[in-house]
Amino acid sequence: MLSRVAENLYWLARYVERAEDTARIVTVNANLLLDLPKGVAPGWRPLVDITGANALFEEHYKDYGERQVVRFLLGDERHAGSIVTALAAARENCRTIRDIVPREFWEQINGLHLFAAGELQKGLAKTGRHAYLRELVLRCQTLAGLLDGTMLHDQGFEFLRLGRYLERADMTTRIADVQSANLLPAADEGRPYDNIQWVSVLKSMTAYQMYRRSEQIRVQRGPVLRFIFKHPSFPRSVRWCIEHARIGLERLPRNEASLREVGRTARLLDGTDLPALSQAELHQFVDDVQLGIAALHGEIAATWFPPPLAMDAAA
Amino acid sequence: MRWAGCFRRRRRVVSAACGLTGFHIETGGRVSAQGTWDDYACEGFYDELMQGPGAPRSGCEALAADLDALGPGELAARQQAAEASIKEMGITFTVYSEEGGMIDRTWPFDVIPRVIPEPEWRRVEAGLKQRVQALNLFIDDLYHDQRIVADKVFPKSVLEKSVNFRPQCVGVDPPLGIWAHICGSDLVRDRDGTIYVLEDNLRVPSGVSYMLENRLVTKRVLPELFEHYAPLPVDDYPSQLFDTLAALSPRPAEYPEVVVLTPGIYNSAYFEHAYLAQQMGAELVEGRDLFVADDDCCWMRTVDGPARVDVIYRRIDDLFLDPEAFHPDSILGVPGLLRAWKAGNVALANAPGAGVADDKVVYAFVPEIIKYYLDQEPIIPNVPTYRCMEPEALDYVVEHIAELVVKPANESGGYGMIVGPAATQAERSKFVQLVKKDPRNYIAQPTLGISTVPTIVKRALEPRHVDLRPFILSADRQSVTMGGLTRVALRKGSLVVNSSQGGGSKDTWIIPEGAGEQSQVEAQAQAQTQSQAQG
Repeated sequence: MLSRVAENLYWLARYVERAEDTARIVTVNANLLLDLPKGVAPGWRPLVDITGANALFEEHYKDYGERQVVRFLLGDERHAGSIVTALAAARENCRTIRDIVPREFWEQINGLHLFAAGELQKGLAKTGRHAYLRELVLRCQTLAGLLDGTMLHDQGFEFLRLGRYLERADMTTRIADVQSANLLPAADEGRPYDNIQWVSVLKSMTAYQMYRRSEQIRVQRGPVLRFIFKHPSFPRSVRWCIEHARIGLERLPRNEASLREVGRTARLLDGTDLPALSQAELHQFVDDVQLGIAALHGEIAATWFPPPLAMDAAA
Repeated sequence: MRWAGCFRRRRRVVSAACGLTGFHIETGGRVSAQGTWDDYACEGFYDELMQGPGAPRSGCEALAADLDALGPGELAARQQAAEASIKEMGITFTVYSEEGGMIDRTWPFDVIPRVIPEPEWRRVEAGLKQRVQALNLFIDDLYHDQRIVADKVFPKSVLEKSVNFRPQCVGVDPPLGIWAHICGSDLVRDRDGTIYVLEDNLRVPSGVSYMLENRLVTKRVLPELFEHYAPLPVDDYPSQLFDTLAALSPRPAEYPEVVVLTPGIYNSAYFEHAYLAQQMGAELVEGRDLFVADDDCCWMRTVDGPARVDVIYRRIDDLFLDPEAFHPDSILGVPGLLRAWKAGNVALANAPGAGVADDKVVYAFVPEIIKYYLDQEPIIPNVPTYRCMEPEALDYVVEHIAELVVKPANESGGYGMIVGPAATQAERSKFVQLVKKDPRNYIAQPTLGISTVPTIVKRALEPRHVDLRPFILSADRQSVTMGGLTRVALRKGSLVVNSSQGGGSKDTWIIPEGAGEQSQVEAQAQAQTQSQAQG
């Protein structure tokens, strides 16, 4: 398999995952705000904080109002992480490798991109938003299902999965980092509405129901952090993503350096007692995990992807 | 000659009663090609199907009758079905939009096939092989001893002015001595029925994928006619192309690694690059997928590590192929590729420098080139061409510019040329000055009355101008596509067949002698009579 094709597959999966995750956090935030009284509600700013694109946002918008933030996350073409832009990028990555992925997949991703861009107005309006985002999430899941069920499970498939899991792990760490910063005076647990916000953290990852089944204790900081970072069988937990990246890497040639990176991050996760961390320590921990994910991406790119174009390097 | 508006009548050609069970059978089973064709206004040009209104060419009677029997409604429905399958199959070409974006457009296609009888085609085929064989000898000579120049058959001055001559290629011996492995020559038929070569494309000719896809679409939407006439198959091309490329491999013992090198997704022919790679089972690569190592071999970056590449079917122009040898700022190419090619470690098709023979002034010398290298007369003539570098020719061109098309040597796409009959007096005088200043850079040709083929316009058939681009493959042996890509100017009176400017295409049928002699409708009528007799 050509290195460039591997790279396209990897990014294709990352962009689709990014679009799906973004759709999920916007949905959850909209619900959360309906439950919280004004003054307590953190508003929409944390969503931009999660993407880390605050500078770009502030360059183009006056304030972190709902309309502005939702537009930025859903349809702003200047923002590489917006749903519409991410899906356009996914489609572009797919275009050159149409003979690698099943034909249905190409048709679906084409249709998904047209839907996201064409129905954007519905997504921006309060009334249409829920249906728009739900459809997006479902269609992204359809894409994953199509690949799983119809594509050769060969090297190319492993790169798709690597892209998906790295993006997902990265997003989970971001959600945890930002949302916990908003609520965590470590000493004083149990402020009013904290509970509801931890629930929404879980819900941003569709983790609430699974948390309930698995943990059987009330929703609170320590167990939630443990669940989303370390749960071995919840497919959006960081540990699960890292483990499945490792399984994929095992099937690829010349994987030594990448496996070393995976091992490092796995040990970091396994060796940290999350409930005991102060907010500052948690923030540091999240940084370390993110650096680990970035280092793993760097190894994957260096081992299997073509060298960057001179143009990219300059940029 | 008129370039536009050449049809006096402009009636819609819809006959009142022409369905499959219409009046033809009622008239006693004798089918005449009337109805649809009565008002077919093809005078003034050679029509490939009809001699005149209501009169099909000999050998085409049955097809004309069958098309008539289908009737305008059914033909329009088939046309729609064709367009739907083209969309579904994702046959596209890319155009640059005015806003600077890229648009993938579906390929414009007309279902009425263009028909060429096999005996005539065999002669054309022999003529194309002869021509390309001579051109390859010519290119090889230019990069070695230049005997043809020493023998004063080909003027040194023309060679010196050629922008496609690559000094970097002098003395190189490509495998089998072949430079132009894939050639696309454009043919046109004039009023009197003579087929001429209009130009030879020896750099990166495109269009063959559309020829193949057109055939698939026609099989889907006109299956009954197809079965009836059994046009000779075209689907061999990808395997012949692969064999041609594989024959160039520097490591004949191994199974050759053949790749298609594309400039990328934004190239207008990207669809074709992807299509051919897929059909040949070859990797489709971009410049950054390849690198030339210290061993002067070309390698491809794969997930399993570098893999040696033997043959590159490159769809990138010479000048972008290797930034070390040509444009230093090209990011499409592969640094060191020319070095690897010269060392004989990788084959390039077409070879760099092959374009020296696709220059309009060189074209004017092709008859002499064929004579010089093969000692034969050309089987397919050139369009009569005046070489302005010759004083008598220049005088003639200056005097007759109102009747001529004058073209510069090294422009393509219709740039920098003048169509005498369509130009104003002022434009002509201005152009005469240009030609006089630099006569070596110009050639002139009479304006041709390019042939027409019936084409669906709304619900009627009208004549539209066509050309034909066959593809000639050359390696250890030569082969020619069965027919080629027929391009059609869809706008009334237009001669522009380019797909970005309102051109479309048709399937091209090479019909064996005697095929489809009996019209299908006739056959059905007979069958009906027989069954009635039996009943």
